[in-house]
Amino acid sequence: MLPALRMQGRERTALTQPADEMSKSERPNPLFRNLNAKVASIPMILTAVVVFVGGTLWTVLYSFTNSKLLPRLNFVGLDQYYRLWATPRWLISIENLLIYGAISLVFSLVIGFLLAALLDQKIRFEDTFRTIFLYPFALSFIVTGLVWQWLLNPDFGIQHVVRDLGWTSFSFDPLYNSSIVIYGISIAALWQGTGLIMCLMLAGLRGIDEDIWKAARVDGIPMWKTYLFIVIPMMRPVFITTLVIIASGIVKVYDLVVAQTSGGPGIASEVPAKYVYDYMFFAQNLGQGFAASTMMLLSVVIVIVPWAYLEFGGRKRV
Amino acid sequence: MRYKLLTAALAATAALQFAGPAAATDLEVTHWWTSGGEAAAVAELAKAFDATGNHWVDGAIAGSGGTARPIMISRITGGDPMGATQFNHGRQAEELVQAGLMRDLTDVATKGKWTEVVRPKSLLDSCTIDGKIYCVPVNIHSWQWLWLSNEAFEKAGVPMPKDWNEFVAAAPALEKAGIIPLAVGGQAWQSSGAFDVLLAAVGGTDTFLKVYKDKDAKFAAGPEVAKVFKAADDARKMAKNTNVQDWNQATNLVITGKAGGQIMGDWAQGEFQVAGKTAGKDYTCLPGLGLNEVIATGGDAFYFPVLKDADKSKAQDVLAETLLDPKTQVAFNLKKGSLPVRGDVDLNAANDCMKKGLAILAKGAVIPWTDQLLSQDTQKQKEDLFAEFFAKPELTVEEAQKRFADLIASAD
Repeated sequence: MLPALRMQGRERTALTQPADEMSKSERPNPLFRNLNAKVASIPMILTAVVVFVGGTLWTVLYSFTNSKLLPRLNFVGLDQYYRLWATPRWLISIENLLIYGAISLVFSLVIGFLLAALLDQKIRFEDTFRTIFLYPFALSFIVTGLVWQWLLNPDFGIQHVVRDLGWTSFSFDPLYNSSIVIYGISIAALWQGTGLIMCLMLAGLRGIDEDIWKAARVDGIPMWKTYLFIVIPMMRPVFITTLVIIASGIVKVYDLVVAQTSGGPGIASEVPAKYVYDYMFFAQNLGQGFAASTMMLLSVVIVIVPWAYLEFGGRKRV
Repeated sequence: MRYKLLTAALAATAALQFAGPAAATDLEVTHWWTSGGEAAAVAELAKAFDATGNHWVDGAIAGSGGTARPIMISRITGGDPMGATQFNHGRQAEELVQAGLMRDLTDVATKGKWTEVVRPKSLLDSCTIDGKIYCVPVNIHSWQWLWLSNEAFEKAGVPMPKDWNEFVAAAPALEKAGIIPLAVGGQAWQSSGAFDVLLAAVGGTDTFLKVYKDKDAKFAAGPEVAKVFKAADDARKMAKNTNVQDWNQATNLVITGKAGGQIMGDWAQGEFQVAGKTAGKDYTCLPGLGLNEVIATGGDAFYFPVLKDADKSKAQDVLAETLLDPKTQVAFNLKKGSLPVRGDVDLNAANDCMKKGLAILAKGAVIPWTDQLLSQDTQKQKEDLFAEFFAKPELTVEEAQKRFADLIASAD
């Protein structure tokens, strides 16, 4: 505790309490401990409570109404949710999110870790490679989406180039094929995102003590085993951070889809965030949009709560 | 798109130079007219308004109505209203009016005798809520047109079709010549609009009204509408090779003879004009797909948000009058390819297709359009259904019709 603060506390107790109780009030009220820090965080606490929690509760509340263009408190029970789960477009969105999520989770972790492990072999020009791999991350999803829209366009993208080289029957048009369009979108997402994951992993690898490597080498453990059974378990905190970053990126995916396909062909590449936006603003049906966003929140909560419980609940953190 | 933005920006700067005396009031007008023909048309409105001594500040929003409307609405509800804004008249701005955010124009309307000059009457009706007038219709846009490329049919060696059925019959010949029979852009509103046109043309006016006006779900599941879905099935087969998104890109396929035809509203005509094509010689238009010659009286209208500034409110009145001025109406609609909302203007300069439209209008063969009949919510669901239907051959006609009937049952 800061000396100045302790002084303040003393003065206050001196003013409010009789002199003979002074010894008892030596231990200050826990509410006033670290008072400066607490005062300083009031704006952030207010933001979190009013904007995040307040906004969330407001959204959940209005998802039970039949609000159209403007919010109105006219309750209709679970109607919006019944309609939501009977809508083919929402079901397709959920399915796409699952596929996209599985792909980005698995591949960005695997590719990111492999790249990091390769860069960690004390190779030459490491800085150059790191820059190259991280560079796509400097682009927004909109730009990424447009670039890959061109690359995957059959008339002047990859397919066109390969056909010009002589393979005239070559066909590669994932964005124009309903059944594989979501994989085409995932390619762009991986291209953009793995660089960051690689950097996080590399930082984790560099955090491993050199001596551990030496010890493993002395024991004659092959390199891949060292990575798999010693290094990766030691990198647990890095993996958890990475997981949170990837997962939040998955749930909120929107701009990439808009830039690449705007949900097409037909509604084959729709995602939940786009459903929310479209129904709130294009269809002028706030209630339906709120119901969809509440379902998105619920899915996040279902993932986060058990994890947070395991991570922080069971035992005291050391 | 870039080029169109540039045109719009140029139009805006051109308008700046016309700015009148110092007393001029700036009025920001938002709209989504950004394609070549549209930007030329909106420049006419700006010129006319600037001539009154005020100043039109152009607020073009690129994209389409779907992109622009949310921006406009959030500006109005968020307390940063513009001077005037475009909407399709009908139900898009209904709730904004009910919430008291839009100006009542009844006084201006009475002064200008709008009820007498605006034709057909249904236009003003869709601006009227509880007996008060809230918007100024500026044009009539009808969706019911089939645009055909003469060049494409010559190349395929088949005669120009006179209606939808002949067009479908000519499709194999077009395909053989390497031409996409029907161009349908990938955006959802285009496939949904094409279906609505088929509903009115193949099904007939009564069918159209029974489904969208009376919202008769049982009828929508019945044999009359099944015929329309059969036609829509033909359409999606003919359109399966169109790899473009925007409507004007699809129109461009017809202009360059790469596609045989396109079902699109009369705004497509502006594109033909900008490309220097002549109606009858380079392209042919079939109102009502040649089957049922009606036109729908959808269109664009300007709404005026309530403003605090008295000067600006006065300028709003002037703009409202200017928009309906006979001279402005002619200049604007000739460039836009749409029909004027006044019956008493001289349109000798109109081309073949516009004259066909005017004749149908004079006969009174008009129907209300989906913007007037259905809520945005229902429209969006319909768009989702037809976007899927046109893109996914596995979705059967029967399944699609069943879903359509369910949608009509819950429509509002």
